[in-house]
Amino acid sequence: MHQFLQQIFSGLAAGAIYASVALALVMIYRATDLVNFAQGEMAMFSTYIAWTLVNAGLPFWAAFLITLAVSFVGGMAIERVLIRPVENAPVLAAVIVTIALLLIFNSTAGWLYSYTVQDFPSPFPDRPVFGALITTRDLGVIAVTLVMLAMLFIFFRFTATGLAMRAAAQNPESARLCGIPVGRMLAIGWGLAAAIGATAGIMVAPVLFLDPNMMGGVLIYAFAGALLGGITSPVGAVVGGLIVGVTENLVGTYLIASQLKLTVAFALIILVLVFKPNGLFGTAIIRRV
Amino acid sequence: MAPILQLRSVKAFYGQSEVVHGIDVAVEEGGMTVLLGANGAGKTTTLRAICGMVRSEGEISFAGQRLDRRSTEEIASLGVAHVPEGRGTFIGLTVEENLRLGGYTRGRSDQNIQRMYGYFPILAQRRRQQAGALSGGEQQMLAIARALMMTPRLLVLDEPSFGLAPRIVEDIFTIIDRIKQEEKVSVLLVEQNATLALELADHAYLIETGYIVTSGSAKSLADDPQIRRSYLGY
Repeated sequence: MHQFLQQIFSGLAAGAIYASVALALVMIYRATDLVNFAQGEMAMFSTYIAWTLVNAGLPFWAAFLITLAVSFVGGMAIERVLIRPVENAPVLAAVIVTIALLLIFNSTAGWLYSYTVQDFPSPFPDRPVFGALITTRDLGVIAVTLVMLAMLFIFFRFTATGLAMRAAAQNPESARLCGIPVGRMLAIGWGLAAAIGATAGIMVAPVLFLDPNMMGGVLIYAFAGALLGGITSPVGAVVGGLIVGVTENLVGTYLIASQLKLTVAFALIILVLVFKPNGLFGTAIIRRV
Repeated sequence: MAPILQLRSVKAFYGQSEVVHGIDVAVEEGGMTVLLGANGAGKTTTLRAICGMVRSEGEISFAGQRLDRRSTEEIASLGVAHVPEGRGTFIGLTVEENLRLGGYTRGRSDQNIQRMYGYFPILAQRRRQQAGALSGGEQQMLAIARALMMTPRLLVLDEPSFGLAPRIVEDIFTIIDRIKQEEKVSVLLVEQNATLALELADHAYLIETGYIVTSGSAKSLADDPQIRRSYLGY
């Protein structure tokens, strides 16, 4: 029983990471109808920026905040320069752009930082607490994720820009008629998604160790979480990510070899797509012609 | 007085094809002008050209500024509020959020929201509901209220009566007339219900297949025997 609870808690910590990346995916999907396959690699690249800053002697949290800011600006720039030109192109063109981005970030990171696995510092000590149910590091990861989610909730719910972003994602034409600069809102969405991904990357790097392929598996789990929750639902992304994290941990501990855990994510993706394509919280997308 | 909106030889395109072939339209400050015409005559495309939503050629000026070649959001912030065909409310957002979005370019909007609830008390009752849960008439009211939240100088209405029961149409037109007086806003209206539109408007244009075929005071068009036969049905 004790081991079972332990696995649930460490699953929640992993799930918090998947939930963050899933949320980033959902934000971009809602705004641009596009699955950003580069989300994980963008997060990985951000994590290298943080690593560079920490190695240059900056305190961890200063490096963290600077990385978030840089990622935000970088995400906006990617939207402006690479995504906007294919905004009205067939969806496959945009998908290819995000896959190209994935490869570009992966190889650039490999070129700049080499494929050698690097240690990444954790801001939290790694001590078991609460009768060894959970480690302080996992608690820290969960806390950071919760703070980030709360800030996003407040932003989207209570600020004019957050409301305008929701409007622009939902009905761009009406948003323009209200005088909302829809292009800028999409760019901010990409910036936020990049910053959310950066947070996830920095939080997961002490566990997975930093290398250019660090986020590959995380992205698959995040996809599974986003689909399970419903690719149109931010709440669904968070819930789905947490469920995937816990399931992955339990299945890997009790049912199958942990090398096969990623298979569970793929199986989940297929099951959701076949039996419940809208996920737990998603709404059917109706396209009016 | 100079018209608040003036179109000079405006051509407008729907995709690649030209559907409006060089029309001249003027809306007087404080007046209500109606564009009449059959389905597919180019009325909606004309309105969309004014708001920069379709490609156009020719000159569109509003309160001394050119609108052509500006973006839709710029045109909106200059003071042109467009209630599109099909209303264009944000169905996944609440009534109050919709209104708040209408006031996006105007900063703090609480006072204006209260004023809109004065015009449309039903919206106050439904303020926390999602716009998608409203009836057709309520959605039209919300769309108009959202447009007025921009404190526009010109209100562009595309078939406000569409799909609504006759009694609700009457209500909506009564309130549009009242709003026109109290908000000191000029109105450009596209409407299938020609009888009602000609009663309220000062000036009218008749569009057929992308050309203006008749224009004049609303009264003169209402009295024109040919228009009566084709559009008014008596």
